[in-house]
Formats: sequence, C-alpha cells, structure tokens
Amino acid sequence: MEPFIKHTGMVAPVDRVNVDTDQMVPKQFLKFLTREGYGRVLFYDWRYLPGEKPNPEFVLNQPRYKGASVCLARANFGCGSSREHAPWAILDYGFHAILAPSYADIFYNNCFKNGILPVTLSNEQIDELFARTAKNEGYRVTVDLEKQVVTDDMGLNYSFEVDPFRRDCLLKGLDDIGLTLVHEPKISAFEEKNLKHPMMYDAVDVKHHSNKPHEAQHN
Amino acid sequence: MAGRTLYDKIWEAHIVREEPGQPTLIYIDRHLIHEGTSPQAFSGLRTAGRKVRRPELTFAVMDHSVSTKDRLLPVVDADARGQFEALERNCAESGVHLFDMHSKNQGIVHIIGPELGITQPGQTIVCGDSHTSTHGAFGALAFGIGTSEIEHVLATQCLTQFGSKTMKVDFQGKRPRGVTAKDMILAVIGKIGIAGGNGYVFEYTGEAVRGLSMEGRMTMCNMSIEGGARAGMVAPDETTYAYLEGRPFVPRGKDFEAAVNQWKTLPTDADAKYDTTLTIHAHELAPMVTWGTNPGMVTQVSERVPDPTSFSDPVDREAASRALVYMDLKPGTLIEDIPLDRVFIGSCTNARLEDLRLAAKVVAGKHVSKSLKQALVVPGSRVVKAEAEAEGLDRIFRDAGFEWRDAGCSMCIGMNDDVLLSGERSASTSNRNFEGRQGKGSRTHLVSPMMAAAAAIEGHFVDIRKWSAAEGAE
Repeated sequence: MEPFIKHTGMVAPVDRVNVDTDQMVPKQFLKFLTREGYGRVLFYDWRYLPGEKPNPEFVLNQPRYKGASVCLARANFGCGSSREHAPWAILDYGFHAILAPSYADIFYNNCFKNGILPVTLSNEQIDELFARTAKNEGYRVTVDLEKQVVTDDMGLNYSFEVDPFRRDCLLKGLDDIGLTLVHEPKISAFEEKNLKHPMMYDAVDVKHHSNKPHEAQHN
Repeated sequence: MAGRTLYDKIWEAHIVREEPGQPTLIYIDRHLIHEGTSPQAFSGLRTAGRKVRRPELTFAVMDHSVSTKDRLLPVVDADARGQFEALERNCAESGVHLFDMHSKNQGIVHIIGPELGITQPGQTIVCGDSHTSTHGAFGALAFGIGTSEIEHVLATQCLTQFGSKTMKVDFQGKRPRGVTAKDMILAVIGKIGIAGGNGYVFEYTGEAVRGLSMEGRMTMCNMSIEGGARAGMVAPDETTYAYLEGRPFVPRGKDFEAAVNQWKTLPTDADAKYDTTLTIHAHELAPMVTWGTNPGMVTQVSERVPDPTSFSDPVDREAASRALVYMDLKPGTLIEDIPLDRVFIGSCTNARLEDLRLAAKVVAGKHVSKSLKQALVVPGSRVVKAEAEAEGLDRIFRDAGFEWRDAGCSMCIGMNDDVLLSGERSASTSNRNFEGRQGKGSRTHLVSPMMAAAAAIEGHFVDIRKWSAAEGAE
C-alpha cells in the first residue's frame, strides 16, 4: 500500500447524503478478478448516459472538476454493500482523500486498507468547504495526516481526529497482514487453547461438494 | 464483576492480542466466501507468497452471479464464468470447502451457513458481504468485511478490529397478525434512519423477538446493516438449539449437549449495560412498504407517500424529493395505489422455507395479476427448494402464475439476468432499494413475503391484514 502523508489537490463536490456503494460501483462491474481499473466506472449510472456518453449534469463531468483528487461528500458516505470495489474505484479515479461529516463503517475501514484517507469534519466545516468549492474554480486543499489538518491558501485550517493506529498504518503504508503475522505465536497459542474441540463435524452427506451430473462435466 | 452483554462475551472469548491504543486482534471461527468479493483476496495471497492458514474454517459457495434457470447450460456470461472458475481454482489450491453451483447444498451464503449448521452460537463469523449480519440470529458475532480483510482472514484466521458500542433493540409485547420480522426490522430502520446504527452492534430482545422462529430472527439480523449497524444479534435459546440439532456440521450426541451447555452461558447478564436502548412496542407495528431509495424511507402500508415538505430537516427534505423523482411517485399517493411491474420473492433476507410457506398460503388458489410482467420465486438454497417442493409449494406458486427458480441471489442484486428494466417497479422481499440496485433505473419497494405475494395477486400493494391468509400473530 502507498503511504499517505500529505496530499494537496483540487476538490470535487458530491453533494448527496447517504451515497451508497452500489452508486460508486454498480453490480455489473463486480465480476472482474482484479483490483485495478475501476476508476472508469466510478458513479457509473450517474456519470454516463446510454452508450457511455458522459452525462453533462453530473458534477464530476464538469470541466472545472477535471483532475480533482479530493472528494468532498455528505453524511453516511459509502453506506450499503461491503464491496471494496468502491474504494478501489475512488482511488483509481484519482481521489486520495475524502472529506465528509460521517462514513458508513465498512467503507470507512476499506478506505484505510487502500491508502485513502477519509477525513471526518463537522457538518458546518463541510458546508463551508462546499461553499468554497462552489465559489472558487480550481479550489484546492491540503490534507495533512501528520499534522491532522485540512488547510487551503485562504486561511482555512480545520483539524481532524483519526485513530492513531490507522494513522500510523497510512503514514507508513504498512501491510496489515504482515503486522498481524508478527503475532503468529499468539495466534497459535489461541488455537492450541481453543480449537481442540472445533465443534464442527464434516458430515458425510455434504462431503461431495458438487453434484454436477457426469455428462455435463465435459461441457 | 459487572454483567456482560452477549456481544461482550463473544468479543472477549476471541481476543488473540490486545494492546492499549490499538485495535484488538480477534480470532475468526468461520469464514464464508463467494465468487463476488474473494478472487482479489486470493490473488493478493499469491502475490505475497502467503497460504490459507486454516482452510477447514473457510466455506465457499457460488451465489451472486449464478443463473437461477437451467444450471446445466454453459455459463454464457464470460465475466461470471471467470468468477466461478477463479473460485473453483482458489478453493482447490487452498483446500477450502466449496459448494459449487451444482452442489445440492448450494444457495445464498447466508442461507446455507445456518442451514448446514456451519453457523453456531458464540462464534465470530465473517464474510465479504454486508449481510453477514444474518448469522447473528444464532447469538454469533457476524459482520461483513471488505476484500482486504478477506485476505487477512485467509492468511491469519484473525482480524484487527475496533470494538463496537451496543444497542439494545427491545420489542415489547407481541406482533400483530400480518406483521413479520421484515416489518419489525423495517420499522427499526424507519425510526433510526440508515445511519442510526453506525458504530453499534444491535442486540434484539423482547417478547416479539423471542416469539420469532430462527428464520424470522435471521431476517431481522440480516437487515441490521441497513440501519448502519455492522452486526445484529439475538441471544440463543431453545428455538436456536432445536433448529441446530442434527444439522450436518453441528456436533452430535454428548458433544451436542456439551455445546448447548456452553451456548447457555452466552445470553446477556441481567445486570449488563448497553450503550443505548431503543424500545419498540410491537403491537403498534404494521406491514411496511418502502417508498424511497433507501430502506429508511419506509411507511406503513395503510399510509401515503410522504410529502417531502413535511420533513423538518432540510437534508431529509432534499433526499426525499430526489427519491420521489427517481421512484416516479407523487406525494400523497396511497401506498395501496402503487402499481407494480414485477414481484420478487427471494434473497438472503426472505427466501427461507418459512418465507415461502407464508407467501404460498397467500397465493394458493389465486392468480398473479395480468398487469404484472413477472412474478418470481427464488428459493434461498437448493435445500429450501427441495423442502418446498416436497411440500408442494412449487406447485402452488406455479399454478398461481409465478416462476419457480433455482437458488441464488438473483434479482436482489441482479448480477445474473434476473433484473428490472429501466423504469420498472417491483415489490421485492430483498434488503436494498437503492437506485439501480435491481437494474439500472429500477424502482424497488421492499416488503415482507406475504405482502409481496398479495401484491403479485392484485398488481399493486394491498394491506395483508385484510386477507384471511395473513399470519404472524402469536
């Protein structure tokens, strides 16, 4: 994972509450086997008209937001499905940080796993950022994870809270699994103590996990 | 020692490592995977040169993209085929159990886990799917995770997690006739909103919850995530043990007795404290219908589509206006006057045997309205399908004009070819009415199986309480 230390970039506003992950990446794009390439389909149904023509009504299609890398959003951003395709698409589109008053739990967690910083600010601060974004074409902010502040060049300075462990992982771009594997002896000790009786019987009648008829297997 | 909640007990029993100021490393007892969110986790393992630590604790099934028509036909959707082949390959290489699309035990992951007895009280259960909360019905701590976390569980059988707050959702009194677990949970979400449970684990308690079957409890827990809670739970009791006894992966004989004795220690202590409590008077509940584009936009069937100007919060007002435009509904329209194009009875929320029985009772001897384009029954698993067929439910549905399909997620998410066309309106027993959920431009109204069945007969919503076939009273 790429570390996130500090990022400066243009802000693009997605002015809706409760944006669910079905909107970020609709179901038809959940069939790919990779983590890459979802930027093209981010907000697909809002972003494109039939024939994949950009919908001029949708905010990210406005020329003034081309190249934006900070997503300004509303409450409960990322609710619904656990699909990590949503943060993959956010990142692949070019967003490195999100500013919102609140996030849905699973999405919030998934962002940190992908080097995206979801910043939580108050409703009033988010309102102010929407106003500044609308008023100033090319409006940019700096999101500084080390100092835990969001700033602009017009004097805005908002500090934010983030869990210290998550902050540390992002700053260093740490691999979660690697961190856990350091505790391998503790995992083994837990298993030794608790898994002697796994309370699980592998039943005979479900041993054959496929009941595909013979002739069909040659298709 | 202060009393502990069901949640506290399970959490504490699974701590592998705990350090102040850091998330806790917890052990995962059961890991469920499907073709939709797991391929990238296995590729990640491969890239890092890691192995699946405990393959016997992971169970895989094909459900999201499977056809519900003839499964012996070749899979024409190349992307879906790629997912199935990847899952087969990943399971074969790692030694993970796979119930493939031809298995007689195949079905929606949250239906087959409990049905096979893989899901048990006191366990930690995760799956790359937000409706993993379903398994909490057994008194397990079960929640959805992303693909990075799937990879983490595969590699370590653990997860780093922050603890949750607990919310007691207490249903006092009995539920009235025609009111099901689906209506109970929709009422909760309507009350607290879809973010109301963020940061919480719900524990459902009270007489109306105790009176629910395991199927009903699963329906409630299933939609906890729609209220923002990552998990929902019901303490295990005799109903739970009776459901589990004899299921394939459940201990037997003396081992079962020992297990039950251990499960009996799980319920929340009398002196335990929850972070917050929500009280609901079950006798005030009614059949619910969603009118908007999230499950919190819901009202009683006897009500009208709300006027956005009636919302005091400007944010709610704007969201409601936008939702009504998307749903093509006018404020003040009676819910019962909303005409439908398709009806879907299925999904991990409402496709268990009890759901199909309740719906079948409503449609028996009647016929689907001519105004409908399609009425679909998709059993949640092949076991449910076989049991329903043994009771003749398939015949009742078919005679009434419903299509009777093979098991899978189907029209809840529309990853196969069971979709709504743009602008079409459904009554659906699934869990999400988001924009485009059942197909681009689809308009979804969430309801209980009885309500969906009655709506199919009439071509519009009807108040199931007016029908003699309505069940639900205790």
